[in-house]
Amino acid sequence: MDFGLSEEQEMLQRSARDFLARECPSTFVRALYTEPDGFSRELHRKMAEQGWTGLLVPEAHGGLGLSMLDMALLLEEMGRAVVPGPFIFSSVLVTLALMHGGSSAQKKTWLPRLASGEAIGTFAFLEDTDRIDAAGMTLKAKKTRDGYLVSGTKLFVPFAAVADVLLTAVRTSGRGEEGISLLLIDRATPGLSIKSLDIFDQTRRVYEVEFSNVVVTKSALLGTEGEGWKIMARLLDAAAVALAADSLGGAQKSLEMAVDYTKVRTQFNRPIASFQALKHLAADMASDIEPARALVWYAAHAFDALPRDASRAASLAKARLSEVYSRTTNRAVQMHGGIGFTWEHDMHFWFKRAKWNEFAFGDVAFHRERIAQLEGF
Amino acid sequence: MDLTYSKEDETFRKEVRAWLKKNLPKKDKAISDLMPHDPERVKRSKDWQHKLFDAGYVAMNWPKEYGGQDADVMRQTIVNEELTLARAPGLVGASGLTMLGPTLIQCGTEEQKRRYLPKVLTADEIWCQGYSEPGSGSDLASLTTRAELVGDEFVVNGQKVWTSNAQFSDWMFCLVRTDPDAPKHRGISYILIDMRTPGITVRPLVQMTGDAGFNEVFFDNARVPRANLVGELHQGWMVANATLFHERNMLGSTTRTQLMMQNLIRLARSHQRYGKPAAEDPLMRQKLSDLLTRVEAMKYHSYRQLTDVMHGRSPGIGAMVNKLVGTELNHDICALALEIMNSYAPLKKGAVRVIDNGTWAYEFMFTLGLVIGGGTSQIQKNIISERGLGMPKSG
Repeated sequence: MDFGLSEEQEMLQRSARDFLARECPSTFVRALYTEPDGFSRELHRKMAEQGWTGLLVPEAHGGLGLSMLDMALLLEEMGRAVVPGPFIFSSVLVTLALMHGGSSAQKKTWLPRLASGEAIGTFAFLEDTDRIDAAGMTLKAKKTRDGYLVSGTKLFVPFAAVADVLLTAVRTSGRGEEGISLLLIDRATPGLSIKSLDIFDQTRRVYEVEFSNVVVTKSALLGTEGEGWKIMARLLDAAAVALAADSLGGAQKSLEMAVDYTKVRTQFNRPIASFQALKHLAADMASDIEPARALVWYAAHAFDALPRDASRAASLAKARLSEVYSRTTNRAVQMHGGIGFTWEHDMHFWFKRAKWNEFAFGDVAFHRERIAQLEGF
Repeated sequence: MDLTYSKEDETFRKEVRAWLKKNLPKKDKAISDLMPHDPERVKRSKDWQHKLFDAGYVAMNWPKEYGGQDADVMRQTIVNEELTLARAPGLVGASGLTMLGPTLIQCGTEEQKRRYLPKVLTADEIWCQGYSEPGSGSDLASLTTRAELVGDEFVVNGQKVWTSNAQFSDWMFCLVRTDPDAPKHRGISYILIDMRTPGITVRPLVQMTGDAGFNEVFFDNARVPRANLVGELHQGWMVANATLFHERNMLGSTTRTQLMMQNLIRLARSHQRYGKPAAEDPLMRQKLSDLLTRVEAMKYHSYRQLTDVMHGRSPGIGAMVNKLVGTELNHDICALALEIMNSYAPLKKGAVRVIDNGTWAYEFMFTLGLVIGGGTSQIQKNIISERGLGMPKSG
């Protein structure tokens, strides 16, 4: 029984924290807020040099071949630094999809390029119904002689503007879990157009992607036709774990910022950190965060090693961290007082990220109901 | 990260489980059906602890020379988990085992260790804790029970309160004021008081549950030998903090909370609420999942601390939140049970139509007592913010 981190894992976290303090300070996040794509290819390249974009990619395909737990520890640090960009979608979701469902040709084509940071992937699955269950996947892919003809719309696709390839959930037949297929669609394919959806959290850009008679070859099919849901279910678990880890880091950072601020801000001739009203808020935040950390570790470990409990564990982590991150940032803003409400102060980066993370890939109520079902209540 | 137990630990767990199956008190000898102050209950409880000790399942992590086994914390954790899963009675000598024992091992003289520790283990002597006073609760260091050193004896006058088990305890480890002129933390001493000393009166206090689990203890010129002082004179606050530390950092076995959660889910499945099982009501499902999530978080949080302790690392702020989070979680589980039971919720043990023999309403009250006792939630928050987050003291 060892519910702890290895030396290598602790080192990974430390070096990630140092790297991000240097390469992605809040001034950098602020600068990207007003960039058209909200993305720095330069930072992405540097993260690739650290091996992060290929962290999950098997060594045979140019990656480090590490585990989801390692990735969760890295994502915790990226959440701390509220790193803007498509990292989770490209280096976790699309990467895992290829690892689990890709043909050897697809793996050979994409994994080394994703690992090196040369290519970027994203995941297009939501539609205007905002459903993340199988029944929500209705984008039609009509079978043709050489492949598919795709027509319709995907919504809230992260960083579609900078992605080279869109992992797209389509319906090739039937309804429900059967008949869902996954296609790797080149963003430059004729008939595919994207429209930016203006969003409060400028570190997580989202797009509407319009497919109008997009011709896709057979070689773009990931896995077996009509059986895409199996891969997708695994990706949704991965996304839940990834966002929970990001939220954990962000919540911890928000707590630290708030506590640091109350130690230097004086009112009534004393540091406001000496007021119990604020101390107890801070204690509540720490009491939320500490046990939640164990849930993130467990969910990542279950994803790696305990397949029978992986989905339940992912939902436990996502449900809890969604709630904890939002609550923590709300309290952190309040502990800053008026300054925390301004654009000029950094606090709003985390406040907005918390809300994005809360609703993406299933909100609190969604995951609680899923827990209830998996537990057989 | 590896959540499997070693072969040796698995084998050990099986041994414990088999032993418990054979040796757990039978229904007719059940301890829980008796009132806390019933002498028969005390006797059965002592016998049970003695039996456990003889089997090698008590204070396993204590040093060998004082009756322990120098076992790693994993062994004791396995025993504690199995005891809870078997719904075994709690240990009547718990405060001696978890508070006095570790303090004596750390601060006591060799003579004190040899005199007291063996009987702590076997429950031949039961200990109670004499800390709180009517005027000193959260501000424990303001305590005023006076112990005046006269010759070779302390003469003790004053009153303690909320003293669990005092009615049948043999000894009390007690904080007394030995220097009334010194700053409050520096005039306190930690002494051991024989409860049969003339001048001591114990009066039961009835809790909101109707039980008399704790007491008031009055001292009227009670004379205590100077040899019963633990640590230095006037240094009792530091000695006591060693025990407080043990209390707060006791690896809160979350097994009991997990059992309560399982029982809650069972209740939600079986009890009809507004025409259908509570577990089919979407709102109740949300609430159940929320509680289950928090229970699971505390389970893995305790695994993490267990790992830290085994590697000799301090769990730090992680351990400081245990008491606050754990006690409130237990109370919230009971509160949801009451919500599910609705009109049936207030029925008492033995009542016609009572559900689960009234356990939920009883525990709902009892667990609120635990939110307050041993440092209120508000005091816990002071500790977390000051020691854990480095925020300054108030006032």
